[in-house]
This record gives sequence, structure tokens and C-alpha cells, in this order.
Amino acid sequence: MLELATALILLSMLLALVSAIIGKTVYDKILAVNIFGTITVLFIAIFGFMTERPEFLDIAMVYALINFVTTIAILKFFEYGDMGRSSRLSEDVDI
Amino acid sequence: MVNIIAGILVVLGALIVIIGLIGVYRMPDFFTRLHAASVVDTLGTMLIFAGLIILAGFSLISVKLLLILLFILFTTPTAAHALAKSALHGKLQPVLKEKV
Repeated sequence: MLELATALILLSMLLALVSAIIGKTVYDKILAVNIFGTITVLFIAIFGFMTERPEFLDIAMVYALINFVTTIAILKFFEYGDMGRSSRLSEDVDI
Repeated sequence: MVNIIAGILVVLGALIVIIGLIGVYRMPDFFTRLHAASVVDTLGTMLIFAGLIILAGFSLISVKLLLILLFILFTTPTAAHALAKSALHGKLQPVLKEKV
């Protein structure tokens, strides 16, 4: 049963990658990568249970956090051109 | 018996993920695609994790799974909202009869 679920999730990873490649706007691609990250979390959890090692759940939790922060950072980068005031701060302070 | 129920839940969750991604592929507009993609994040995740929690029994592993599920349920709608707001700010028009 779990092997069948693993095969289906691998197929859906392929679908998400195809959807990222043929996306028309940049927001489509960001959405597809976000979905790919969530599917990766599911895959790590199922794979950990399939090989009788539930310690993989810590990796899944870390990757869920990284996926969310990365999506927000990429959106901020596309809206403002840089990530925060790191490039403009050097003109104000004379350190 | 418990293993069979948990296995059916997990396979059902994987099928929901595939159905959601077919919806993302077939929708005509970005905002409808975003709406179809949120099916994957909520229903697919909840079904798969419910199956895994039943498989793990009553232990520390179930608490970890529950925490991951709560985190995903809180953050994926936030990311979807940020995507939609950023797309509207970037002047992406949805396919409507009137102008937004």
C-alpha cells in the first residue's frame, strides 16, 4: 500500500515539474515550486514510514519551514528588486 | 486491519494530490490555478497525515506528525494569499467580464 502511494507521489512530482516548466507567468512558476516543496514533505514522511525509520520526520519539518520562507522571499524579491535594504544601507552609515 | 485502513487513507491522499495537479494544469487563469492548487495543500496533506498517524499509533511520532500538519495548514494559505496579492500588485488581470 505504501509503495503504491510512493509511486503516485513520484508521478505527481513529475506533474508539478512539468507545470513549472510550461507556466506562462512567473507567478505560475512560483506556485508550482511551492507545491513541489509540499509534495516533497509528504514524500519524506511516507518514505520514512516505508523503510521503518520514522526519524525522517525531523527532515520533513525543516523542509516545510524552508519551503514557506523561500516562497515569501522570492515574492519579495520579485516585487521590490532586492531583499530588504541591504544594498541601500551602506550609503547612510559610515562604518 | 489497521494497516489496511491507514494504507487506503494514504493512497487516497496521493490520488487527491494528482487530481489537484491535473486541475492546476487545466485551469485557464492564474487565480483559478491558485485555487485549485490549495486542494493539494489542505485535503491531500490531511488525508496522508491522518493515515500515517493511524499507522504510528499513540507515541511521540504522532505528535510530530500533528505538529507538521498544523504548520502546513497555517502557512500554505498565507503563502497563497501573498502570491495573489503580489500578482494583483504586478498588474496581472484575472479573466473576468469587468475590469478589476
